Amino acid sequence: MSDPKSTSARETAKISLEQVRHVARLARLELDAADEQSLQANLSEILTYIDKLNELDTTDIAPTAQVGEAGTPMRDDVVTNRPAPDEMLFNAPEREGNFFKVPKIIEG
Amino acid sequence: MTELNRLTITEARDLLRKREISARELTRACLDQIKLVDPKLNAFITVCAREAHAQADAADLRLAAGDAPALCGIPLAIKDIYATRGVRTTCASKILENFVPPYDATVIANLRANGAVFVGKANMDEFAMGSSTENSAFGPTRNPHHVERVAGGSSGGSAAAVAADECLGSLGTDTGGSIREPASFCGVVGIKPTYSRVSRYGVIAYASSLDQVGPFAKTVRDAAIILRDLAGADPRDSTCSARAVPDYEAALTGDINGLRVGVPKEFFVRGIEPEVEQAVRAALKSYEAMGARMVEISLPHTSYAVAAYYIVATAEASANLARYDGIRYGLRVEGENNIELYNRTRAAGFGAEVKRRIMLGSFVLSAGYYDAYYLKGQKVRTLIRRDFQRAFENCDIIATPVAPTTAFALGEKVSDPLQMYLSDIFTISVNLAGLPGISVPCGFDTQGLPIGLQLIGPPFGEEAILRAGDAFERTGAVKRRAAIL
Repeated sequence: MSDPKSTSARETAKISLEQVRHVARLARLELDAADEQSLQANLSEILTYIDKLNELDTTDIAPTAQVGEAGTPMRDDVVTNRPAPDEMLFNAPEREGNFFKVPKIIEG
Repeated sequence: MTELNRLTITEARDLLRKREISARELTRACLDQIKLVDPKLNAFITVCAREAHAQADAADLRLAAGDAPALCGIPLAIKDIYATRGVRTTCASKILENFVPPYDATVIANLRANGAVFVGKANMDEFAMGSSTENSAFGPTRNPHHVERVAGGSSGGSAAAVAADECLGSLGTDTGGSIREPASFCGVVGIKPTYSRVSRYGVIAYASSLDQVGPFAKTVRDAAIILRDLAGADPRDSTCSARAVPDYEAALTGDINGLRVGVPKEFFVRGIEPEVEQAVRAALKSYEAMGARMVEISLPHTSYAVAAYYIVATAEASANLARYDGIRYGLRVEGENNIELYNRTRAAGFGAEVKRRIMLGSFVLSAGYYDAYYLKGQKVRTLIRRDFQRAFENCDIIATPVAPTTAFALGEKVSDPLQMYLSDIFTISVNLAGLPGISVPCGFDTQGLPIGLQLIGPPFGEEAILRAGDAFERTGAVKRRAAIL
């Protein structure tokens, strides 16, 4: 176990505030200035810790994306559930008839 | 008869079948205990008294008719990550605070069909992200053995509820240790089966290549009984294995003569509390006394597991949690346009740790960083998996501590995410390799806090680790201690 506090993690910014804002846009998260600051500090520390992976030479190593059994089982494409619009719409934040109501997306 | 809630599932099953007790009175005892102790513990987000009584009455009818599956009439707690038809399912998040699923998760449907009783939805870290259940939008769960200590996480409510006899068993999920670590901290048994052994349909996704479903119980036998009902193929989960499900209870023979127990040197290093190491070493001695053979093994990439995990898990989480957009269900915060609606909904609905992981995951997948982080993490995952494959050439199971420490103090690690992540250092590699692992109580420290022994098996080696865990229980070296509440 390495002690992350012994590194200079807390002093080194691995990710800039601009990058934090860019990633927040990608992730659809509204952040205030305090959030941006603390995320910059936290992510920098974590990314510095993650840098220890660079001690390993992985040039010829294949990546592992999943560890389950090989193959995808198939089943017949048969509808098994009855239509239940009220159940499906029960959790809708806003509903109109049998539709989810959303803000206008297309102008005009 | 008093204190029915203190029974094990094995004991209650026999008494129910003999009609010496009813499911109704057993359920009543658990609900009374919840009323008594849960204001202190906060193990439950939602208590389902009315539904539980109805399920218990239905179970009593089946028991009277002689139709009694093993879990018929047994009160269980369900981590609030499982979709339960008609019962609020929050994942401990504000974003799902009022979400009522229109369907049951497959494992919930299976347990229901077998007559199990659900006393409530257990507290957890929001979206299963955490190691202490302090990241819950509904407040932390406290450890029944010491209320100023954490219960562990993310399935802390499920572990605490069993430890405090609020139920006879429970369900959790384990992505990086979220069953085994709270089981260790609360002094109960918790098993994470092999990746793909149990259906995850209706289990709210965190990191899909790592998430697995599993039970908590007071004994290894009880855990084996629940696991039998959980495991098996599911046409609704294409990642779920079609392998036949063994009778796990029948595997508990008590005979481990000749078993080769691998002891990885990388797990007994600085940072581990001396009392934890002593308890685990003492358990290894009992195994030797029972005829098992200790084999020193090496898992050389152990110290890289936490780093690889926080790339892979957060990348998957950032994709899985993209669905919470305030459109079809869950919280909605209005905005001038749809993008602003998404941004505000997610800002208001997710807690700090969930945002941190979404941000980290989005970053490691983003253009320019994918190869350096995400691909690198996946490659290191291969190395970790190989370590285990090589180790299992020379041993049948692997024994380690579950966590380097006993339950830490509430608040101790909340402001230091990385220290919190490192509390999973001994469990996380098991998820990366997709292996089964069990936490079995193996002692208490001088403060009375439980210590857990982790037994790891090869893929689909559940029977071997259950048998070994049960054999240790049979030595009577560790007595189950009632919580101090």
